[in-house]
Amino acid sequence: MTTILDPTDERVPVQREITPRPESIKGAVALLDIVKPRGEVLLDRLEELLGERLSAVQINRYRKPTFTKPAPEALREEINAANDFVIEALAD
Amino acid sequence: MSVSCSPFSLTDMRGNPHSYPPPTKSVLVFFKDDCPTCDLVMPLIERLHSETTLDVFAPGQTAVGNQAMVQRHELTVPVLDDSDLKMSFAYDIETVPLLIVADAEGGELDRLVGFERTQWRDFFDRHAPQIDVDWNRFPDWRPGCGSLSADPIVNARLRAEAEGRPLRARKLEIAADDDVHEFMFDQGYSDGLPVVPPTAERVLRMLTGTHRDPQQVVATIPPNLAPATVEKIAINAVLAGCTAETLPVVIAAIEAVCTDEFNIHGVTATTMGASPVMVLNGPIRDRIGMNMKLSALGQGTRANATIGRAVRLAVRNIGGARPGGTERSTLGNPMKFTMCFAEWEERSPWEPLHVERGFAADDSVVTVFAMTSGPSLIVDQTSRSGPQLAGSIGLCMESAHHVKAHRSGDALLVISPEHLDTLSRDAYTKQDVRDRIQQVTSKSLRELVADDTSGVGLDAAAAARMSDEKLNRRLPKFATGDNIHIVVAGSEAGKFSGFFHGWASGPMGSMPVSKKIED
Repeated sequence: MTTILDPTDERVPVQREITPRPESIKGAVALLDIVKPRGEVLLDRLEELLGERLSAVQINRYRKPTFTKPAPEALREEINAANDFVIEALAD
Repeated sequence: MSVSCSPFSLTDMRGNPHSYPPPTKSVLVFFKDDCPTCDLVMPLIERLHSETTLDVFAPGQTAVGNQAMVQRHELTVPVLDDSDLKMSFAYDIETVPLLIVADAEGGELDRLVGFERTQWRDFFDRHAPQIDVDWNRFPDWRPGCGSLSADPIVNARLRAEAEGRPLRARKLEIAADDDVHEFMFDQGYSDGLPVVPPTAERVLRMLTGTHRDPQQVVATIPPNLAPATVEKIAINAVLAGCTAETLPVVIAAIEAVCTDEFNIHGVTATTMGASPVMVLNGPIRDRIGMNMKLSALGQGTRANATIGRAVRLAVRNIGGARPGGTERSTLGNPMKFTMCFAEWEERSPWEPLHVERGFAADDSVVTVFAMTSGPSLIVDQTSRSGPQLAGSIGLCMESAHHVKAHRSGDALLVISPEHLDTLSRDAYTKQDVRDRIQQVTSKSLRELVADDTSGVGLDAAAAARMSDEKLNRRLPKFATGDNIHIVVAGSEAGKFSGFFHGWASGPMGSMPVSKKIED
């Protein structure tokens, strides 16, 4: 029998359940631009459409400093604290 | 005579230290949040704390679970953080909940494991008769749950820590009938090529290459933000086929790629397929047998091949970056197997890379670059002067990413000895080469407008709004000459240099990082 040492970080990923899909959209929706080219064009149009269909919903716009790095902790907390939904414009 | 309880100091949820045992009669309760029996008895523990003069201590086994338990039962009893499980291990706990009553001298008087109603009732009668508990509301019996410190994987680590052994990694036993190589492929430890089984003997031998403590954390590797200990790096160096002498280089390279400036998270994740390219300078090159001459950028030399591979395997195995997961390169890139070479400093009249970057000539240094392709060959056998050859190199380098993409970020240029001799004939310095590249690649904005041949370049609608003066402005290939990083390597024969295309450069992407290699 051979015994080897584990080359990984040995951690078991945390399992998170997906939040149940809400019946209706109420409260605030965050639109997050990861600053890939033309992401803001998509989000502008989404904001317009959401405004037409869900006039009671508040739209908050956010931008990551760069698409090459994960969003800073403070930005993630800010989005989480002030919003009920997040729509993220991913890559180009 | 009573058994003495091991003393300890743990912090509560507010970070306040609590020393055990106190100089009074006390109760120690080990629990874990996801144990239903612990959940059952926790209100009783709270009552021991709030309704008696007993000093109650409740070490919980996970930080998140402690918080949940406190909230669920509105606990005021000091819930202590034993998430590193050191105290649970020291008390050799197999099952939680475990209650230990000690006298004012710290001698054990009584203990309870799990929940058996009559035992608990007797226990309360003995130590807290003033508490009126409706025992009929409790079940007759509930088994306890396994202590996290008794989990075989965690227990092996805790035991190694307690005994001060250098190796703490989980041991994986491979059955005699199984093929160890196939096992490692199946576990996903490999980049696709066979890896060397990291037995304890090999890892211990690897660790002789450094003076560092095997448990020192040298970096945090994305995307899992996993701590890279010297031991874990050594295990991956064994997988890659490294010799012990090269371990300090692997460690320094991992430190370098895990800086915010280098941004290995983005370098790994990008669809562009970037990869670290590692360049070694200084005396260590000869000591570990780095190739900087014939085939320096290719196969055939153990140090070159295995150092680059060890770094990549560490990012894969420790950091958790795997193709299809957070590694999402569209085409992939052979440099993602390995890319490490050394500069032939002695062959060059120029300042070597590490000295240009602020290190002493006798420092051993690794510099990491985030590159997306290369080496792209520059074939020029006919230029006979410095300006002619540097111009020729510039024309080739204009193709980095796309010939019409100007104001590019970093590129790494590897000049071969024969090309170096041609440049030296005119006393060309590295700066002269950079200036010449920028000069010959400068194009007017007008020439860089997107057209029917290619949609890359200046947006045609934006160009239509620009003045003639602006359209005539000239833009060199690279944002600055300093983005062109130059080293010398290769064999004496062949008028072929090469260059690597960069990725997103600067603080918003990746910047080259140099680290001194410490033994």
